[in-house]
Amino acid sequence: MGRKLLLEHINVPGINTFEVYRQKGGYRAVEKVLRAMSPEDVVEEVKKSGLRGRGGAGFPTGMKWSFLAKPEGKPRYLVCNGDESEPGTFKDRYLMTHIPHALIEGMIVSSFALGANTSYIYVRGEMMPQIRILEKAIAEAKNAGFLGKNILGSGFDLELYVQPGGGAYICGEETALIESLEGKRGNPRIKPPFPAISGLYNCPTVVNNVESIAATVPIINDGGEEYAKIGLGRSTGTKLISASGNLNKPGVYEIELGVSVEEFLYSEEYCGGIANGKRLKAVVAGGSSVPILPANLILKTVNNEPRLMTYESLADGGFASGTMLGSGGFIAYDEDQCIVRNTWNFSRFYHHESCGQCSPCREGTGWMEKVLHRLEYGHGKLSDIDLLVDVSKKIEGNTICPLGDAAAWPVASAIRHFRDEFEWHVTNPQEAVSRNYGLAHYADPLPKLENVAAS
Amino acid sequence: MLKISDTEEVIFSPELISKFNEIVARYPEGKQKSALLPVLHLVQAEYGWVSTPAMNKVADYLDIKPIEVYEVATFYTMFFLEPKGKYVLEVCRTGPCSIVGADKMMKYIEQKLGVKEGEVTEDGLFSWRGVECLAACGMAPVLQIGPDYTYYENLNEAKVDELIDSLRLKTVEKPQIN
Ligand SMILES: Cc1cc2nc3c(=O)[nH]c(=O)nc-3n(C[C@H](O)[C@H](O)[C@H](O)COP(=O)(O)O)c2cc1C
Ligand code: SF4
Repeated sequence: MGRKLLLEHINVPGINTFEVYRQKGGYRAVEKVLRAMSPEDVVEEVKKSGLRGRGGAGFPTGMKWSFLAKPEGKPRYLVCNGDESEPGTFKDRYLMTHIPHALIEGMIVSSFALGANTSYIYVRGEMMPQIRILEKAIAEAKNAGFLGKNILGSGFDLELYVQPGGGAYICGEETALIESLEGKRGNPRIKPPFPAISGLYNCPTVVNNVESIAATVPIINDGGEEYAKIGLGRSTGTKLISASGNLNKPGVYEIELGVSVEEFLYSEEYCGGIANGKRLKAVVAGGSSVPILPANLILKTVNNEPRLMTYESLADGGFASGTMLGSGGFIAYDEDQCIVRNTWNFSRFYHHESCGQCSPCREGTGWMEKVLHRLEYGHGKLSDIDLLVDVSKKIEGNTICPLGDAAAWPVASAIRHFRDEFEWHVTNPQEAVSRNYGLAHYADPLPKLENVAAS
Repeated sequence: MLKISDTEEVIFSPELISKFNEIVARYPEGKQKSALLPVLHLVQAEYGWVSTPAMNKVADYLDIKPIEVYEVATFYTMFFLEPKGKYVLEVCRTGPCSIVGADKMMKYIEQKLGVKEGEVTEDGLFSWRGVECLAACGMAPVLQIGPDYTYYENLNEAKVDELIDSLRLKTVEKPQIN
């Protein structure tokens, strides 16, 4: 069994209440930082842990914290990113639902480290039930003296508020989130200035994912060095993986970074294999934005090494044959799934969610959706396939925020690895609307390096 | 739920205003515009949708220009800018839900309610629409219903039947949250 740091007590009845959470050792990290540590010590501990942002980009949390500007006379803000809208990702919702105090405790520890006296948890508006749960948890913590003025007599004050979004994936992007929290449309800002210098209300701001913030609790309790012993290389600690799609046991799993993809997919401890005795066709390993990989490439790298659940191993091979850990949204596709349809579905999502500020993203996502729709419904041309690649290249790298890239990568990677399936949709339009292409060669033994690297 | 037209003047109840006041207190002096999204959610919960007169009143209350409210209300997909059914079934249509039956579920709901996406049933009770990923992919297919946005997970036809029938009878079970 892998070690559990975030979900250790998830099955304890009543763990969502302050009382039970406290009985199980909750709020010890707050006591420790307020009684025995300086804010700098906390930042140092998080640096030592090697924790990397769990929201998708994987940026080292301790380093991000040390960039926070500290000008005289200006408040600093910590904003927790609970927008969780990346298709395939549902771990933050799970954590907030079942063990809300883990996030509240992490918010207190992190706010202390950053010198923030007012902090916000921005939660997507659809998660109104979770917003209510967090508000209740905050009230409980406040009642017990862990929030408010002069917490535990330390002189540290903290007010914590939950802010609802309104239904917009783009508000997960940190500057769009800040705009939204200011009561505006979620249009990402042009960087620089970075939020660390000028964020919420033009004050220095740190935005961190729910899981990153919750992870500071075990880091403080056990020490950064202990945390860093878990995992593999620069992928330290544990990670929540949201597993969905055609699996026997979809759900949220806490893994020690470094377990193999094969173990994660097939072992009883985790996903328990592909549902209905089917075979695996493809996996999106880190949320809809990361490149999709065929079964053979997700299980092993082109060098025939087992693929591991780490930032590095999943990225092995670059975009030619690798992918990314992203937010840990792990979607499994069985042999009956249509890659063209899935790609169209994702491109509709990105078109729908583009904020519309940059023409390549606004127009390009719409164009990709349209072309993919006609391919899926049997009206495509062979030249459409290259057209899609061309459009995706013109979006990538040419936009204000990474949503443009996130929209381009799933399309480019689907064509890179499943081109024959796209072509089959064009050459067999009748058949393509009535049946799926099937597994083809995607689960064959590994292709040779030169074949993969070409695209 | 109150029904209002798009021309009638809206008067917020004292209870609603006191909820607004609580929200505004969360932000620094002069940053009351931050309350816009939570306030619009409360308005929609009260009236079922967000009308132009209601938006104007919100602008008054927050001391911002009406356009600042319109541009936000039109940007965020959760806000209804026209009247909907009392219960709006919002069904996730994105990838992970789609590959385990969301498309079929939407067809089934359409047929069961007898209205197209976005329309309202004759009795005024129901609307439905497809929405993007609701962050419940492991419990797919899934739908939710405002104003409390309860999630209904691992859907199948029998569960949809049961849900719609129970809403008709207004005997909705306690929200299940997973
Ligand atoms: C389009 C887009 C959507 C994003 N959505 C989320 C999200 O829902 N949750 C999240 O934590 N980060 C999201 N991010 C990443 C954030 O911008 C930011 O990097 C992150 O919240 C930082 O927290 P971390 O360092 O703890 O990961 C998104 C980024 C982009 C470009
Ligand atoms: S890339 Fe797309 S979502 Fe991001 S700022 Fe530009 S238009 Fe908006």
